[in-house]
Amino acid sequence: MWLWERYTSPFKLASLGIMGMNQRNVNYIGRYNPRKLYPLVDNKLKTKHIAVAAGVTVPKLIGTIQHQHEVKKIADMVKDWPGFCIKPARGSGGKGILVIMRQEDGLFYKPNGKAETVSDLERHISNILAGLFSLGGKPDFVMVEDLIHFDNVFDGYSFEGVPDTRVIIFKGFPVMSMMRLSTASSDGKANLHQGAVGVGICLRTGRAVRGVQYNQPLRHHPDTNKDLFDLQVPHWLKLLNLAASCYEMSGLGYIGTDMVLDKKRGPMLLELNARPGLSIQIANAAGLLPRLRQIEKLGNFSMSVEERVAYAMEHFGVFPTQTLA
Amino acid sequence: MVSRRPFYIVVALLFILGTSLMIYRHVAFDVPWLPGEYRQVWSVEAKVEFDAADQPVIASLALPATQPGFTLVDESAASPGYGLSFVDRNGITRAEWSIRTAKGHQELYYRAEMMSDPYAKSLPAEPPAVEKQIEKEPIATAMVQILDRAKERSADAFTLTREIMKEFDNQEQNAQLLRNHKGRAHLIVDMLNQADIPARVVRALTLEDGRRRQQLIDYVQVFQDDKYDLFDPKTGLQGRPEQLMLWEYNSQPLLDVTGGNNSRVTYSVVQKQVAVARALTAKFEHTNMLNFSIDTLPVEEQALFKGILLLPIGVLVVVFLRVIVGLKTSGTFMPVLIAVAFIQTNLVVGLLGFLSIVGVGLVIRSYLSRLNLLLVARISTVIITVIAIIALLSVLTYKLGLTEGMRITFFPMIILSWTIERMSILWEEEGPKEVVKQGGGSLLVAVLAYLAMDNSLIQHLTFNYLGLQLVIMATVLLMGNYTGYRLSELKRFKPLADELKK
Repeated sequence: MWLWERYTSPFKLASLGIMGMNQRNVNYIGRYNPRKLYPLVDNKLKTKHIAVAAGVTVPKLIGTIQHQHEVKKIADMVKDWPGFCIKPARGSGGKGILVIMRQEDGLFYKPNGKAETVSDLERHISNILAGLFSLGGKPDFVMVEDLIHFDNVFDGYSFEGVPDTRVIIFKGFPVMSMMRLSTASSDGKANLHQGAVGVGICLRTGRAVRGVQYNQPLRHHPDTNKDLFDLQVPHWLKLLNLAASCYEMSGLGYIGTDMVLDKKRGPMLLELNARPGLSIQIANAAGLLPRLRQIEKLGNFSMSVEERVAYAMEHFGVFPTQTLA
Repeated sequence: MVSRRPFYIVVALLFILGTSLMIYRHVAFDVPWLPGEYRQVWSVEAKVEFDAADQPVIASLALPATQPGFTLVDESAASPGYGLSFVDRNGITRAEWSIRTAKGHQELYYRAEMMSDPYAKSLPAEPPAVEKQIEKEPIATAMVQILDRAKERSADAFTLTREIMKEFDNQEQNAQLLRNHKGRAHLIVDMLNQADIPARVVRALTLEDGRRRQQLIDYVQVFQDDKYDLFDPKTGLQGRPEQLMLWEYNSQPLLDVTGGNNSRVTYSVVQKQVAVARALTAKFEHTNMLNFSIDTLPVEEQALFKGILLLPIGVLVVVFLRVIVGLKTSGTFMPVLIAVAFIQTNLVVGLLGFLSIVGVGLVIRSYLSRLNLLLVARISTVIITVIAIIALLSVLTYKLGLTEGMRITFFPMIILSWTIERMSILWEEEGPKEVVKQGGGSLLVAVLAYLAMDNSLIQHLTFNYLGLQLVIMATVLLMGNYTGYRLSELKRFKPLADELKK
């Protein structure tokens, strides 16, 4: 193949409204996300605090570990919780998250069935505290959270991982969303560049638009062979309302909200991202720019969360309305 | 939305300021745009000979200075047994040799290094006072006849000079008479003075490579308003021939010897090619002109600055590759520091050294990760390990007779340790493929930055034109405002674009 056949022209991309990294950094993140608000999203503990204060549902916090001498507390902390999740408060890109599905005979089992000992957990926690997973290697602290009990509707859509829903919220309007399904080749992680499957979600109905893996469209989940087009996110309206309310909560104009659906508690906010990636455009086969510009044209508005969600559903949906689950 | 206008104004100002500084430096200081240019330097040696009469001797020689066409870059004198001083009277410098007693034939040497320099700046020449000589007859009449005829046909000082010389050829008899009375150059000056025009006889030397025992020749310097021009009294040609250097042009005696006789001065000329950098250094060495350049610093500091001034080039390459091309690197400016190390080591040794240090470091780091250490302690261990590896490699290569190996000590060790740490984590989390990808990306950026920084044209420009730094800054600022697509995105979104177009 000739070299230039592997590249497309920038004019074509621009006419399709596809947003590039520089455009995102300068015109959206740089313009709409005040620097001083970054700690609110970069530190997941702070995110959790403001979310709780704003009445947004979040996974339950079991405890935090802030100092090296507290590391030994972990065994005691999780003894009443069969499944839990250890996270760095300032981790980026899903790094350093350790999920334990169940514990048995003093061993902790990861989703892939591998067992970890208490000292493995302690080592992981020391690494987090020393800043191994945080942005810029700054000292960090550890959050221990309750395990999320995923809604059964996602059974078979995710391999050993967290099926989360990413919604881009621009000035409080949901503009695009996708689900990220982990696969065997992504090693249970939800990052698209590591091989996770991205599924574009119609904003009006919560139904799957299409699926992609490694930039290529696909119809069935590579591990479970489930038809991705059957995917329908339940509690869609509630999820969108929750995501849209993160604008008021964080004050950030351009954010990615990562939502999960819990069997009992419904949609929950997992974390916020002040620098959401661009793969969502590939998952949806649509450019972000026309939608962002449409909202910028609205000027200064005062609309409630519900009104904004309704506006987004009306303008950015793909499928015709149907009765929402 | 904040207006972007101030930003563009700042960028434009930086760009204009930088470019004009560069142009100013090129024009005013004759700094060439390209490296490797040579300047012609004439090494002119004056040999003063006289016979001493066993008594105190003072020999005073007129000296050339920077003048249109030539810049004096160096001078020296050799004179065994003589005391030498350069005496400055009214801005005119003469060399004065002195000795208590001397006997027999004496030889004194003075050498001036004159650089051919179309931009040479000299002090404006002062017109001499007009001196009207009163000549006896029939000389006076002959001169008046020539002068009157020439005056009729001329308009100003320069044309009058030309016409006087023509009349010398026309009025054969008068010319014959005058020739026996005085040298032609002096006659012309006398006649010009009669016409109230300041003029003088200057002594000049035609520079030709390899000439020995040359004599100075007379030229007539004619002033008009605040300009002057030279005339060859023999041919009547106006203007300074390209290779003509004035030696004495202050209405002073060329050589003045007390305590000796039979004195004379002869000249030998040698032409040299000197690299511009050296020639410029010599030119600005003794200058106190407004000259913001590195040339005025001591040589050791110059070498230091040479390295520092190259850093913006490396940074520019990194910004370009990240913003426009979209290459991923491990650590933003790590590649620049590696590239700086490459400059010290040269590319092949640098690459081998880098790969071996990082490779061995990764092996050791993978063992350390099993020890469950705290991060800071682990990094510190890696730093010490890196130093050990460097020491080991240096000794090993030295024993093998490869002195190039010693140069890997130039690598920034702390940076290397962080690189090893990051790569190791990358390896554990995302597998060796990502390590090769990011490590290779960093190395590629480092090599490109090295190639840019090692380029002799770029080195020449950054070192000689400080204005370039402002231009680089403007470019970096512009790239910081670039919202277009990265090259890598054109590939990334290619399948999407193809799909949407269908």
